[in-house]
Amino acid sequence: MSTATVERRTPDTAPGREQAPPGRLRRSWDKYWYAWAMVTPVVIVLGVLVFYPLARGIYLSFTDLTEANQQREVCTPSITGELTCQANPNGWKFVGLDNYIQVLSGQIGQFWPQFWTTLIWTVACVVVTYSIGMGLAVLLNRPIRGRGIYRVLLILPWAVPGFVSAFSWRFMFNQEFGVVNGLLKAIGMQPVAWFDNQWTALTTAIITNVWLGVPFMIVTLLGGLTAIPAELYEAATIDGATPWQRFKNVTLPGLRPVSMTVLLLSTIWTFNMFPVIFLVTRGQPAGQTEILVTGAYRAAFEGIRNYSLASTYGVLILSILLVFSVFYRRALRKQGEVW
Amino acid sequence: MRTRSVGMIATALAVVLTAAACGGNDNSGSGDTKPATDPKSLSAQLTWWDTSDPKNEGPAFQELIKKFNASYPNVKVDYQSVPFADAQNKFKTAAAAKSGAPDILRAEVAWVPELASLGYLYNLDGSELLKDESDFLATPMSSNKYAGKTYGVPQVTDSLALLYNKKMFEAAGITAAPKTWAEVKTAAAAIKSKTGKQALFVNSGGYFLLPFIYGEGGDVVDAAAKKITVNGPQAVAGIKIAQDLVKDGTAVKPPANDAYGNMMTLFKEQKVAMIINGPWEVNNIKSAPTFGGLENLGVAPVPGGSVKAGGPVGGHNYTIWSGMPQEKVQAAVAFVKFMASAESQAFLAEKVGLLPTRTSAYDLPGVKSNATVASFKPVLEAAVARPWIPEGGQFFGPMDKMAVEVLVQNKDAKASLDTVAKTYKSEVVKDYSN
Repeated sequence: MSTATVERRTPDTAPGREQAPPGRLRRSWDKYWYAWAMVTPVVIVLGVLVFYPLARGIYLSFTDLTEANQQREVCTPSITGELTCQANPNGWKFVGLDNYIQVLSGQIGQFWPQFWTTLIWTVACVVVTYSIGMGLAVLLNRPIRGRGIYRVLLILPWAVPGFVSAFSWRFMFNQEFGVVNGLLKAIGMQPVAWFDNQWTALTTAIITNVWLGVPFMIVTLLGGLTAIPAELYEAATIDGATPWQRFKNVTLPGLRPVSMTVLLLSTIWTFNMFPVIFLVTRGQPAGQTEILVTGAYRAAFEGIRNYSLASTYGVLILSILLVFSVFYRRALRKQGEVW
Repeated sequence: MRTRSVGMIATALAVVLTAAACGGNDNSGSGDTKPATDPKSLSAQLTWWDTSDPKNEGPAFQELIKKFNASYPNVKVDYQSVPFADAQNKFKTAAAAKSGAPDILRAEVAWVPELASLGYLYNLDGSELLKDESDFLATPMSSNKYAGKTYGVPQVTDSLALLYNKKMFEAAGITAAPKTWAEVKTAAAAIKSKTGKQALFVNSGGYFLLPFIYGEGGDVVDAAAKKITVNGPQAVAGIKIAQDLVKDGTAVKPPANDAYGNMMTLFKEQKVAMIINGPWEVNNIKSAPTFGGLENLGVAPVPGGSVKAGGPVGGHNYTIWSGMPQEKVQAAVAFVKFMASAESQAFLAEKVGLLPTRTSAYDLPGVKSNATVASFKPVLEAAVARPWIPEGGQFFGPMDKMAVEVLVQNKDAKASLDTVAKTYKSEVVKDYSN
């Protein structure tokens, strides 16, 4: 993001430079032209790949553009050769905040129920994934026999394509033929209709996502663990610290920089975790496990596609995550974290 | 839009250039006004997206292509099997980008009005394909019409039917398939007490509940009057019948997820005696080792309600992408014509049990002697046309939700249908009245 700041600084400082002798800007250019030249490719690439689509998306959210009204005229070539074109009677137009009003007031789609589902889903996934990842990382950081094999095995879920695991988990939770209900029946319990209830259905998705997310946690936290100097543990042991005290007072603070980054990333990823919900619960029962991204997909991309509605959802999701990131950073800064 | 006009100019240029190229090309001398020239001289490369089941139906289509190539050796057909669930979106993306779309698409009946309204399909009026239009069954053919023009020819038609296990019916002492939902209840009681197995499985999908709505004389919308009727008294009465079937145990309570797959597995393993499903599963049932072949499969029209009996008409059409260059038109027309011919349809009917869309195909010996196809004939005669509007594909998202709410979670039918109607009004057919 450093280029963005560079880019922004120029207009900011421009007024000050106006009062300066006229040759100064020119002299700065003469002196630093190579710096500008170096930065240009990055600025262009970021502009094309990031800022233009972003700006376009934001603009579209203020229009009523759909697949049906995107063309000013609809042309149908006839098989016999001629081309008939008709003016599209309702071409797209600027509608201001209509999309936001309709989405936020619940007239279109189910924004608020999906928002709460997304929050519960994100918090549950991140907390469980982080805890399990931390536990396994601490275990694997000790010298045990076959550590290499364990490490490889635990990272395996990462190597499996996400949709394959999603399908497997969905089938494992199948009410009639799934392995989970088979086990429950084998130990004499009642089978559970996993997808018939919002919370059990969400649980299946959370379990899948935890299974998929733990390897990332293990890898990053293991990296963090190896960075903690062994002397600290030695000193703590000499001082008579119990294992729990060592974990609480040495490991956790030592892992803090890694943890904070990992938690932020994991939150953002889980918030936008499309495939797991889309493939495991498929929003069942009756759309009650839909999170914001999958809800946006269904609202905007089933049947005639609604680009403006999709953009509106996109901007709303982006805003939520932006607000979260800003508060998160501020909280970190208060605790003296450099990040 | 700017891009659009560029595309138009390009298309116009292509047309002009093609015409010029054809004029200069004098290998036959007879000109290009006569479409039925020597099939061997026709040379082109066509892509076809087939959305049929790659295991059950795909091989038969590939065999047909081989037959086509016997008479048209220089038309190469690039057969691509595209999963049905993704095909529509993939096609729309490619067609909007004007590249990568197949020349020929097997489009589900509800897709055609939508794709046509977007200008993605060739208008087939005046081509050879529609010369014998009257031979096609009227209801499937109607799905190809949009704003007075025709955009496809029917490949296969289908409708929902009552599929039942003959052996289980026999064991329960049932001699004739039930004709109404009330008769289904009596039959179910007999099946459950005599065989100890489940009686009926109604899939918790909006499409599969349409027979219940039709049975009471309702429909999703009234396209002619521009009115949403999905929460009207008839529709509510129909959905309540379906709900009652699950509530009193006549039907298995479907799971919210994978209900369709469970339904098929239970039926193939002879654990449920009746299902509501279409002819597309016949081949799958036939090849299931646990079921006992076609002799064990009974087919009857979907049971009726208080007004009539009928399932929604389904099926697929051959459509030609409007972005296909004009010089390929002859080859594409020849290919579609071959695939939609009565002989090809008879071949598919014999091979995989697909139901022909031509009246003349039903008179061919291969079809006449096919018991399964014959048993579907009354089903097709009762089939109800769906509202052929571009928004047709969007009706089922809200309906599916409703189906799960009513059948699985046992919510109030009227309240659920009111929500569907509200969604239709705010998101699908905004200019319709409630």
